[in-house]
Amino acid sequence: MFTLAWGIAMAEADVALKALDEKEMLRLYHEMILIRRLEEEAAHLYQQGKIGGFLHLYIGQEAVASGLLSVRRPEDRVFTAYRDHGVAIASGIEAKFVMAELMGKATGASKGKGGSMHLADVDLNFWGGYAIVGSHMPLAAGMAMADKYRGDPGVTICMFGDGATNIGYFHESLNLSMVWDLPVLWVCENNQYGMGTSVERASAVEEMRQKAEGYEMPNSRVNGMNVLEVRRAAEETLSYIRENGTPYFLEVVTYRFQGHSMGDPERYRESDEVDQWREDDPIGMFRTHLVDTGVFSAEELSKEEELVDREIEQAVEFAESSPNPPPEALFEDIHAEE
Amino acid sequence: MAEITMREAISQALWEEMERDERVFVMGEEVGLWGGTYAVTRGFYDHFGAERVRDTPIAEGVIVGAANGAAMAGLRPVAELMTINFAFLAMDQIVNGSAKLRAMFGGQFTIPIVIRTVGGGGRQLGATHSQTPDAVFAHFPGLTVIAPGTPYDAKGLLKAAIRSEDPVMFIENATMYQTKGEVPEGDYVEPIGVSKVQRKGSDVTIVTYSKGLQLSLQAADQLAADGVEVQIIDLRCLRPLDLGPAIESLKRTNRAVIVEEGWRSYGVGAEVASRLYEQAFDYLDAPVKRVAQVEVPLPYNRELEQMALPQVGDIVRAVQEVL
Ligand SMILES: Cc1ncc(C[n+]2csc(CCOP(=O)(O)OP(=O)(O)O)c2C)c(N)n1
Ligand SMILES: [Mg+2]
Repeated sequence: MFTLAWGIAMAEADVALKALDEKEMLRLYHEMILIRRLEEEAAHLYQQGKIGGFLHLYIGQEAVASGLLSVRRPEDRVFTAYRDHGVAIASGIEAKFVMAELMGKATGASKGKGGSMHLADVDLNFWGGYAIVGSHMPLAAGMAMADKYRGDPGVTICMFGDGATNIGYFHESLNLSMVWDLPVLWVCENNQYGMGTSVERASAVEEMRQKAEGYEMPNSRVNGMNVLEVRRAAEETLSYIRENGTPYFLEVVTYRFQGHSMGDPERYRESDEVDQWREDDPIGMFRTHLVDTGVFSAEELSKEEELVDREIEQAVEFAESSPNPPPEALFEDIHAEE
Repeated sequence: MAEITMREAISQALWEEMERDERVFVMGEEVGLWGGTYAVTRGFYDHFGAERVRDTPIAEGVIVGAANGAAMAGLRPVAELMTINFAFLAMDQIVNGSAKLRAMFGGQFTIPIVIRTVGGGGRQLGATHSQTPDAVFAHFPGLTVIAPGTPYDAKGLLKAAIRSEDPVMFIENATMYQTKGEVPEGDYVEPIGVSKVQRKGSDVTIVTYSKGLQLSLQAADQLAADGVEVQIIDLRCLRPLDLGPAIESLKRTNRAVIVEEGWRSYGVGAEVASRLYEQAFDYLDAPVKRVAQVEVPLPYNRELEQMALPQVGDIVRAVQEVL
């Protein structure tokens, strides 16, 4: 079993940083900003009534999806839960198709039928967001099994929350992946809460990776506010799985800056706690680091932010001007054979 | 009598039963600190404390299973499943546990559990979060299934459910928490397994429950403007199913429409219609009509979702067709 160190400082991650080319660092920065702006715009559109249903924002957790998926190969499959906008973007779905789905348009990633919680693009090997807590974990195990069965390369990356580690599906899936030696990277995004229930009020163990210990699954815990650290952990764990063909459990410690979903009264946490975490804003920290180490100037990064602003504007324009699904769509795509 | 909301009525019933009987406690996801995702248990945590208002991990199987066990040991758990869609994760404990264990062990113990949950579509939550699978639960002998349509019945029936020695599934509708109605102050209990006339009329009999009742009442107003008077029978309870008042009404109207929010096939309407044909065939002057949800997984898009859900206009049309 090998375990990565918890809490590598930015300076230490420098080694990894040096090895990254500037283009990739700018891409990472761009993507995280894109996710943040998309979420801010989505919240705005929700308040205007242009987005309905539930809306779970990824703000604060951007470094997890961006760091993790920056090193995945096209043959690696991705699964996540309903907090899926950031994961969708980091999996390669264009912002306009995410936005159109949020507005229920025919041009959306899931043709307007899934909404915020159910984005997917299987051509990109992003197999979707799932709203029943833990229900995608068995699917991930099954996909990894299919790849292995056919002798195909590829790791299945399955993301889920801290809350999901308390449901039966989690344990059944982890166990099966060990018993069957399945190439799955289980990624727990520990953002400290499942709705209003803190980890300590819901889980018998403090660190989610301890649950993997029970299945003798190699595991580690990393700082999810540091995109470079997440990226390095992803690189190491994915190559471990590629070499051994067996699962690995990665706990990524992060925090959601907003409520669980829109309209959460947030009675369960102090605003001081949120402020404390905001000091570790994954985007702010990365920006400071890029500037301080002289990789990019503040002006260069601001220019990148303007590009993102335009991208979001265009995504909203695309979504707003897209048509609703036609009435007959109600009956489409239910059975493969009509 | 005071007009209060469905939310207040359910909350009052729970509160009063917890005050009355120390064996009663609530458990479920976000029932405590959060105050209930639909705010039904707001204030309970501070008043009754963490022992009696128990936040659980996200683990529906053990929520119902542990509540079954506590009930078998003599407590009176009100286990909350945040929505009925998550009841599928607890299906074994409901179907093989709550509904059967007493009978299977020859009646040696009781299982006085209440499973409080909420279903219903129309809120753009997508296919897995918008279901109305009430009929599924009514399929199982051993389980009592209540689905109130008014605040008055919600309060009286929830109290009856908590006092019942038998397992009860109590199904609310997520779009009805703001629905208002007259509810008396203080204690009263409504009988389980007895349907109720909610509006009088002699032209057509509408048999319905829960959200279907609210839609049917609106349809009745529209129809009355055209001189058509419908009699509305509210089932209130899907198991045991009481069709006495429906058949009484049918003797005068000779026409029946059944309204439910869930899917048509194998649904509440299917059961009610076949019982009407079995027990009241001679009184029928027209085939029974069913108004139900279009048989598709509900889509997120608002227009498509509304197309699939039964609407007031569908009920009006069905009544006109049987006339
Ligand atoms: C089986 C099931 N039970 C309950 C819910 C309601 N619910 C939605 S999200 C959530 C909290 C999940 O927390 P976590 O896994 O930590 O993910 P996070 O929201 O923090 O990203 C709950 C209880 C659900 N969707 N599915
Ligand atoms: Mg969480």
